[in-house]
Amino acid sequence: MLLNSLTDMSEETINNVIIKEDDDYVVNMGPQHPSTHGVLRLEVFLNGETVKKLVPHIGYIHRGIEKMCEADTYKQVIHLTDRMDYLSAHMNNEAVCLAVENALGIEVPERVKYIRVILDELTRIASHHLWWSAFGMDLGALTAFFYGMRDREKILAIFEESFGSRLLHSFNTPGGLMHDVHPNFQKHTMEFVKYFRKKLPEYKQLLTDNVIFHNRTKGIGKMSRETAIAYGVTGPSGRGSGFECDVRKVAPYGLYDQIKFKEILHDEGDSFARYLVRMEEMEESLNILEQVADNVPEGDFTAKMKPIIKLPEGEYYQRVETARGELGVYIVSDGKKFPYRMRFRSPNFGNLFVLNTLAKGGLIADLVAISGSLDLVIPDIDR
Amino acid sequence: MILDIYSFSTLTANIDNSLHNVMAPWLAVATELVLIGLLFLIFYALLGLFLVYLERKVCAVMQNRIGPNRVGKWGILQTIADLIKLVTKELIPIKNADNFLFNLAPFIVIIASFMAMAALPFAKGLQAIDFNIGIFYVIAVSSLGVIGILIAGWSSSSKYSLIGAMRSGAQVVSYELSVGLSLLAIVVYTGSLQLSTIVQSQADGWWIFKGQIPAIIAFIIYLIASTAEINRGPFDLAEAESELTAGFHTEYSGIKFAFFFLAEYINMFIVAGIAATLFLGGWMPLHIGHWEAFNRIMDYIPSIVWFFGKTFFIIYIIMWFKWTFPRLRIDQLLNLEWKYLLPLSLINIVLISFVVLMGWYF
Repeated sequence: MLLNSLTDMSEETINNVIIKEDDDYVVNMGPQHPSTHGVLRLEVFLNGETVKKLVPHIGYIHRGIEKMCEADTYKQVIHLTDRMDYLSAHMNNEAVCLAVENALGIEVPERVKYIRVILDELTRIASHHLWWSAFGMDLGALTAFFYGMRDREKILAIFEESFGSRLLHSFNTPGGLMHDVHPNFQKHTMEFVKYFRKKLPEYKQLLTDNVIFHNRTKGIGKMSRETAIAYGVTGPSGRGSGFECDVRKVAPYGLYDQIKFKEILHDEGDSFARYLVRMEEMEESLNILEQVADNVPEGDFTAKMKPIIKLPEGEYYQRVETARGELGVYIVSDGKKFPYRMRFRSPNFGNLFVLNTLAKGGLIADLVAISGSLDLVIPDIDR
Repeated sequence: MILDIYSFSTLTANIDNSLHNVMAPWLAVATELVLIGLLFLIFYALLGLFLVYLERKVCAVMQNRIGPNRVGKWGILQTIADLIKLVTKELIPIKNADNFLFNLAPFIVIIASFMAMAALPFAKGLQAIDFNIGIFYVIAVSSLGVIGILIAGWSSSSKYSLIGAMRSGAQVVSYELSVGLSLLAIVVYTGSLQLSTIVQSQADGWWIFKGQIPAIIAFIIYLIASTAEINRGPFDLAEAESELTAGFHTEYSGIKFAFFFLAEYINMFIVAGIAATLFLGGWMPLHIGHWEAFNRIMDYIPSIVWFFGKTFFIIYIIMWFKWTFPRLRIDQLLNLEWKYLLPLSLINIVLISFVVLMGWYF
């Protein structure tokens, strides 16, 4: 099956080679454009309103994070990872922390594991809030934006209370957490779970049940499971095509092997399926929070760590599930206090480059609907 | 039966008489024309400012926000501040643009909406021109605006503008059919194209009530089609911001942009005003058959209040559409018109003719 898809892929690649013809109507969407969500440039070749092909141009927000990592200690690296996928900042931190902890063979306290899971899921919901808001706006439903932002604010308030910052909190550190959470952390998390369960039907009324919304997303940007695997599309976008790629299930880390939750899968592979996956994932995250938030054990917030961490010589890899898919951290260490090389496998790269395959032959409006449903964060690609 | 105390006809007749007393007839007519023109200009500007403010407040309510609240009490001066900003802004010259057409386009758009307003009966005796082909005139004039939009898209030498203009052309030309046919429904009922006659014919009840089901169908079709005709959400494809940044007016800046912006809001007012006049009785108070006492009480509310009340009610509905629905795709938009609305309005016309022939309306 997989081999088959790879041969298909090679044919597809041949078809995707971009040759500019003289009568092509080329529209540059971006780097400054309302629906590219960041500094992405899509060079779109049009025939009337139909998209013939498109080329994504990346690199407008390249900051050399991987290179900078080589000059930082492992504790400092954490702060750089925040800036990749800023909406999944906590998961990015956790990926590096887990890699270092596994390399040193450190067992973190139970309390840390619980709090990390809570933060994972809160961050995931907050990220999906922002995606939902922006997706609605891409399709012209401007009001949806404010409903998503309203609920996201509650999560950011919880973060602010404990960490002092709302988005990039760099709260993880190899071995545990920077400091203990605020005494009200669990209480407010549970309050949010109750609050958001009540608000979810509003999301359904505004977008999910809307006929125009169905027309705009159903059957648009169909991605087969094989295409998803071939392009490495992971996260909710991949699961919308029936690709079982949830790292929390496939390669559990932290507490995820002890928690009961289901992996959301939809087989249709269109924009609407990807939408539904994220909506149901928010509910599933609430379920996880309910299991965990009340049972956080007392204990230390960090394991005993040396002030300067030196990894033994060797190569280490750790993957986690961010809100957008599978994030991999690859560390090569030569035994010194700085990593010799650090490399990230970002989920958005695959998610972006499948766009040409999905949007080809559709209209401009479909292109917007598809790129919105892939939920791209460009700084994560450029790093 | 209708009270004359609120009628503007005595006032206008007095002005007319006194002007004729002091100057030659041709000069009097010329003065009247200038006066009316000035009045309309002021009204146009004030209405535009108010509608922008209203839209911002309405959308704020729908979006859990407060809306403008800094400039003046409740932010009522916000749009004036915005206007000053727009007027004083630099007009950015566009490379490769066809300058004559580029500068002409906003004027065509704004003149088209200006002309349509002349035929609206705002209150009893308050109407600039009472054409005997009023509805025909309004439909003809309001569709001139699309020429301005097409010129704007063509001349600004921008790809987004061109796509936006082409979309707008396709959209306005198709939806005009439905608008015309749904207005024709009321023409069939009244047997007149004159707006004042149509308002008078609703003295014993508005057409949406006494016109039976066909009038309601025509009203709904008119609401949908006219929203599409004025390029407002969910049919705002011509300026679909998430696809075409700003559509046909991407390249316009300063006061030229303000012209497009104003014209959009005034068009909304015109469309709502026509709907109010034809379906909801215009300035005619709410009258129910032979309830004399009730009708009498209703007459004490001035006709201008009735007209603006109904118009703003419909404007609110149109705004409500925009802030709750996602945008349609261009093919879905055209499908809606050609496959559903147009056949439905044709059938509706036949139905109405049948109802009128049989005399099955009140």
